[in-house]
Amino acid sequence: MSDVVLNDPAPQTGRQLTLVRGVWMLVTLVLALMAIFPLLYMLSIAIKAPTEVFKPNLIPAAPTPGNFLYVLTEVPFWRYLLNTFIVSAVVTVVALFFHTMAGYALARLRFPGREAIFLAMFSTLLVSLPVIIVPLFILVRALGMLNSYGGLIVPAIFNAFGIFLLRQYYLSLPRELEEAAVIDGAGYWRIYWWVILPLSRPIIAALAILFFLANWNSFLWPLTVASDPNLWVVQVAIANFKSQYAASWNYTMAASTIVALPMLVLFLVFQRQIMDSIKTSGLK
Amino acid sequence: MTEILTSVAGEKPAAVRLTTRRREAIAGYLFILPDALGLLVFIGLPMVLAFGISFFEVDGFGSFKFVGVANYVRMWGDPLFWTTLKTTLVFAVMLVPLLYVTGLGLALLVQRTNRFNTVMRAMFFAPQMVSLVVISLVWQLMVVDKLGVLTRLAAAVGLGSISFLGNPNIALFTVTIAGVWFLMGYYMLIFLGGLQDIPKEYYEAAKIDGASPIASFWYITLPLLRPTSFFVLLISSVAAIAGAQAFDLVYVMTRGGPANSTTLLVTYIYAQAFQYSAFGYAAAMAALLVVLMMVTTVFFFLATRGGRFDNE
Repeated sequence: MSDVVLNDPAPQTGRQLTLVRGVWMLVTLVLALMAIFPLLYMLSIAIKAPTEVFKPNLIPAAPTPGNFLYVLTEVPFWRYLLNTFIVSAVVTVVALFFHTMAGYALARLRFPGREAIFLAMFSTLLVSLPVIIVPLFILVRALGMLNSYGGLIVPAIFNAFGIFLLRQYYLSLPRELEEAAVIDGAGYWRIYWWVILPLSRPIIAALAILFFLANWNSFLWPLTVASDPNLWVVQVAIANFKSQYAASWNYTMAASTIVALPMLVLFLVFQRQIMDSIKTSGLK
Repeated sequence: MTEILTSVAGEKPAAVRLTTRRREAIAGYLFILPDALGLLVFIGLPMVLAFGISFFEVDGFGSFKFVGVANYVRMWGDPLFWTTLKTTLVFAVMLVPLLYVTGLGLALLVQRTNRFNTVMRAMFFAPQMVSLVVISLVWQLMVVDKLGVLTRLAAAVGLGSISFLGNPNIALFTVTIAGVWFLMGYYMLIFLGGLQDIPKEYYEAAKIDGASPIASFWYITLPLLRPTSFFVLLISSVAAIAGAQAFDLVYVMTRGGPANSTTLLVTYIYAQAFQYSAFGYAAAMAALLVVLMMVTTVFFFLATRGGRFDNE
């Protein structure tokens, strides 16, 4: 990490420096507060009574858990949370399994066409979901996977982003670590399982967080593939919730808080890993 | 990389060596099979199908009828298609520069690594943890006519009673601002990565030569940041034109209204497919979107002379 001194306007005296620093920090703080204001606002409305929603005070006069209780009891919200958890967890585990396998092969094993296959996989990164949503829907319908966990899960697994990162990671691993196993006559599967996977723990942890997060927050595909309310994920549920309880913003914000909170807690705990892996992976 | 494996294989009899190479190739294919197959079926095939389906009329039950270029002819004569195309371009032209400026601005603001800035970075990035559905709902609430917190703020500073999402002239701008607010933390992080790669010595040398901070920003930071800038501009353009994030934002905040003023091409494609079951027509517009994205990519590569920056 290198600090860049660019932003220090050449100070004449120590006092001037302190002043410039102070103003700089103050501006940053104000902007940062503006950045998280909508999230605080969401929390604030979520614990307000209906009559207080549009009062200007941010801190409720009489905080109430009523909105949360309503959302969790009057609406099958646990079901939506469970669906989302199942989909996100299964996608994350299966994707990590497949991507580590592919990443290992692309980084280490030699076979004809390897570079071409890697390039082809990499180029799928430029394809965004809205572009292929119509044919993907038709395809998944033809496979009989509409309104099923399979339809929610299977197409979400395949993403070149993870393959790319894992390949880079394996390329940076010293080869000597596998050599001993090769000399012992271990097969490729055993090397992958007993040498490569244990070595991948840090990157697997980082990717697991990113994958889980992405799937917990995804909206467009679940909206398209599962119209059956029993299969709704939380994002689809709250989008519908809003149209159902148009005027009851306190309920909508309570539901939104329930959906957002697990991810914000995850962020508080793994903030460093999450930000570092995005910063270095931003495909620089 | 070849040496190690062949030298290991070399210790074995010649007959085994041949099969070792074949075994390695077979293992390689088997290891990539699940992902290769999945990407092919769920991304590659739909990409090809998008063009294929655009020549058919597909009804809600999945029966296909070949109609030639009828869907493209319909597109040409559909005023709503042209409106949404224009809206998409206006959205991109507003979003991309705003994201560039806010992303770079925030990165410069917090680029020194210290405890205070670590907390600030996390605060700027925090919205990224929340889904766009939630973000859109919160923004919708903040700009509710007359009562919303931002609506009141606007009135308080003398802007009068603004209908942020009800006025067709303002709604797209409101959606853009919400998008910028959500995405800027991500681009801040990308720019921070780029800033870190600039050698510190350049700034020290410039300082000794008496260069002002503005001069060193202009002559050191910006030129050396060109690869990052290229990445940011390309990714944000693709996101604005064809991204799922743009779709989520519009779908929840406005459903494309009022009076179609926020209907992006992706929103219109979705409505044609899943509201009116005009899958063939939707596929034709999606095919155009692919062309639009390719043009954007080529434009950025040409504008940066083939994406090469080392000649600077």
